Amino acid sequence: MKSSRELKNYQNEQHNFKLRLGVLGLSVLIAFSLLTIRFYYLQIKRYDYYQTLAENNRISIVPITPNRGLISDRNGVVLAHNFFVYTLEITPSKIENLDATIAEIAKLVEVSPTDLKRFNKQMVESHNFESIPLRTHLNETEAAKFAVNRYRFPGAELKSRLFRHYPLGKLGSHMVGYIGRINDNDIENLDNADVLSNYKGSDHIGKSGIEQSYEEQLHGTTGFQQVEIDADGRAVRVLSSQAPTSGNNLILSVDSKLQEIAETAFGEHRGALVAIKPSTGEVLAFVSMPTFDPNLFVDGIDFDSWNSLNNSLDKPLINRPLRGIYPPGSTFKPFSALAGLEAGIRKPPFSIYDNGYFTLPNSTHHYRDWKPGGHGNVDMRRAITISCDTFFYGLAMELGIERLTNFVRHFGFGQKSGVDIAGEIPGLLPTPEWKMRRYKQPWYIGETVIAGIGQGYTLVTPMQLAQATAILANNGVAMRPRLVTAITDAKTGATSLTKEIVNEKIPLDEKNLEIVRLGMIDVTLPGGTAASVGANAGYNIAAKTGTAQVVGLKQNEKYNADLIDERHRDHALFIAYAPAEEPKIALAVIVENGGHGGSAAGPIARKVMDYYLLRKLPEIEVPKGPEKVTKPNANTPIAPAKPIKIAPEEEHYD
Amino acid sequence: MGCLLFTMLVGLFILYSASGHNFERVSSQLINIAVALVVMWLVANIQPQQLEGIAVPAYIFGVILLIGVFLFGDVSHGAKRWLNLGITKIQPSEIMRIAVPMMLAWFFAKRESSPRITDFSVAALLLIIPVGLVAKQPDLGTALLISASGFFVIFLAGLSWRFLIGGAVITGALMPVFWSMMHDYQRKRIEIMLDPSQDPLGAGYHTIQATIALGSGGMTGKGWLNGTQAQLDFLPERTTDFIFAVFGEEFGMAGNLILLVLFSLIIARGLVIAVQAKSTFSRLLAGSITLTFFTYAFVNMGMVSGILPVVGVPLPLISYGGTSMVTLLLGFGILMSIQTHKKLVASG
Repeated sequence: MKSSRELKNYQNEQHNFKLRLGVLGLSVLIAFSLLTIRFYYLQIKRYDYYQTLAENNRISIVPITPNRGLISDRNGVVLAHNFFVYTLEITPSKIENLDATIAEIAKLVEVSPTDLKRFNKQMVESHNFESIPLRTHLNETEAAKFAVNRYRFPGAELKSRLFRHYPLGKLGSHMVGYIGRINDNDIENLDNADVLSNYKGSDHIGKSGIEQSYEEQLHGTTGFQQVEIDADGRAVRVLSSQAPTSGNNLILSVDSKLQEIAETAFGEHRGALVAIKPSTGEVLAFVSMPTFDPNLFVDGIDFDSWNSLNNSLDKPLINRPLRGIYPPGSTFKPFSALAGLEAGIRKPPFSIYDNGYFTLPNSTHHYRDWKPGGHGNVDMRRAITISCDTFFYGLAMELGIERLTNFVRHFGFGQKSGVDIAGEIPGLLPTPEWKMRRYKQPWYIGETVIAGIGQGYTLVTPMQLAQATAILANNGVAMRPRLVTAITDAKTGATSLTKEIVNEKIPLDEKNLEIVRLGMIDVTLPGGTAASVGANAGYNIAAKTGTAQVVGLKQNEKYNADLIDERHRDHALFIAYAPAEEPKIALAVIVENGGHGGSAAGPIARKVMDYYLLRKLPEIEVPKGPEKVTKPNANTPIAPAKPIKIAPEEEHYD
Repeated sequence: MGCLLFTMLVGLFILYSASGHNFERVSSQLINIAVALVVMWLVANIQPQQLEGIAVPAYIFGVILLIGVFLFGDVSHGAKRWLNLGITKIQPSEIMRIAVPMMLAWFFAKRESSPRITDFSVAALLLIIPVGLVAKQPDLGTALLISASGFFVIFLAGLSWRFLIGGAVITGALMPVFWSMMHDYQRKRIEIMLDPSQDPLGAGYHTIQATIALGSGGMTGKGWLNGTQAQLDFLPERTTDFIFAVFGEEFGMAGNLILLVLFSLIIARGLVIAVQAKSTFSRLLAGSITLTFFTYAFVNMGMVSGILPVVGVPLPLISYGGTSMVTLLLGFGILMSIQTHKKLVASG
């Protein structure tokens, strides 16, 4: 039932279709002719050229690995560099009897079972025709011995490879980090980032710290040679080449001497210290104790070393400044104080009479002060100086949890500081919404009360605490903390400074800042909780001590350090900035299970400040470790040194 | 049909050589071919009208699977292409190679009068959705083939010349704008695509080695199993995307020309079927399938011989791989169905 119009249309359409098909058919012919021309060019005209390349010699692309960039401290002290070592390498595909050859080689130079294990592992992972190191770090004698006998071992070669070395060893290893062999996971990441081809000749990649976070800067650009190789795989002639570009050099803000003084000051203690220059955000020291030797990781760590590091109760591999979380304890009080002052609820001449405890309206529960009997008349400045709990209980309750957390969040609590090493965790600043999400429970007012003194759910990293102190020292201007201050371009030699970034400018009343500062200065003066730290300093220190419980105590129990296992003792905390009037350094110290902040963490801070401000070296003393408490039976597991959350509404001791 | 079988036979021989005398590979490819032939035979017995009926469901099913890949796909080598169905893994983008031209052919067959601009816009949209999803995986090779198959349908359906030329001119004019909008790494990628010698350690390595393999093949080649580039480890992907380099090295220019003639015969036969087909649907589909086959062959040989950038497109009927073999022969099955049922359509 087709109308004539449609029929005509149909014929028209078919005609049109044929025409278009014809056009496409013609394109097919043209395309295939193009291919034919190309085949003619390659296979007939240029046959001799390609014939030579393919038949007599084979062409090979050899990557040239770039030198990894150096890392040095603010004074040019080298923290990571490269040096050449002889390696004995084997190309398995060129050897008929691998085991026999290795046995023969082992008669000349020592090949340990560990070397063999590593060799076999790499052989499985690599391509057939790649050469794989059998022995590394050959000494001159061994190298010479093998070189003389080289002719007996086709397929084995003496090469000199660049090795990464950390000359200061354990010093600042969490900050500098280390490189390690590229594994499958790394390859996938590199592939996804579209930079895999730049790693053709590379065996290593940054695994932690600066080495990892600045991998892109440090690695450099791989060069290559297009070479003709003979049947034995030896390069005969270079056809073309492009030199590699070394990685860029990094200059850190850290002073390695300061770092050393800080690490030494910890003695046998576990803990962390972060020191920041408040006006710029430069990190001056980044301590995580105990440390480890990053050189162990460069060439693949051996099983025993790994086990002892990984299973140690001291957890040396944890990056404590970024990943250790601790209740801030009383070091939180200056920030609560500022919150109260800015909200206008605790302005002088406000004061309370403290008789040793705080009670909520319509409740008989006593929130006890650390000092039985109380401190008597206390205003804001004195509350900071003597660390009066009762004062801050009331402050927090009147302020409410929302206003308190909203204010202190500006100081970086509960969020990453943005420091330029990966792996930072955000800590915890609790809110009623958070608690509902996490525990499906409503928020209790008692939790607000103890939040005012840094107890309860609040958790901070040492980095955060140092950053908060630096913001306080810098009158509310939050500089983003950073370790790398300058990058030297390997190609041009030009050094460019990394950007100073202002995270935030918190609008604060100068008068309120002054009250907190005076209270904190008094802390290190006679009558304060850390009077000994300030003694004979020659400059004013604004500070705050803190103590964080590891084990909760019952309502009427008393804390007695001597009766408690060393790993269950309180963590000691200390924050400070100095000189108080014009701060050049701000820091946070945490000594795990150290006891009281003023006596355990304060002296470490003082040594760091003395050196930084006065270039004064600490007096030589025998490092005092924690007294050995009756060691439990080796089979009884000891609680790990990780911070344990404080049960709410418990007494604390300052 | 004879040409098809002969080409596949050649493919098996060259696969044996390329895989390093690996019978397992060859026999597994034989199974692929057997399965694909069964599929082809089944499809050849379906009437084109029935195919027309399943065009829409097949298309919708394919798009849903693609969205499934986008959301839950398995990641391998940095790309999400596979959908794990528990029993087996499938690559939905392969289904779209047939489903898209079927859908578009159905769409234009429904429009009895000459298609208008709005029709073409709808068709373009139908094409862009699956192509976008596939390109996002990312699988540029397949995205390219799907867009080619769709474009052929649209072109054959009578997209006006003015529009075609205008589109080409506008795209050309906008190129510098796109270029300036791109990230540095994206530009670099395109630069390397155009000039592989810039990245001899990465993508360029394939092209350099493949060119040497082809060039050293000469007039008559080095003979079966004698290709030095292929037998040593120099050629990458030599059983799949770069199998043509092995072929060209071992059989030389003569072999290449024979292969071109075989492909041309298959294409010519396909075009004849398209011309003789009596319904709009069959015509458009037959044309698109044939020309997509050509696109495969041309893009692959072009990239191996270094005149086109490297994209992951296999050499049809020859490269190792089950899914692409099945999809290809499924296409030929449709061609056969259109050929054998043309009288039925004409009388019906």
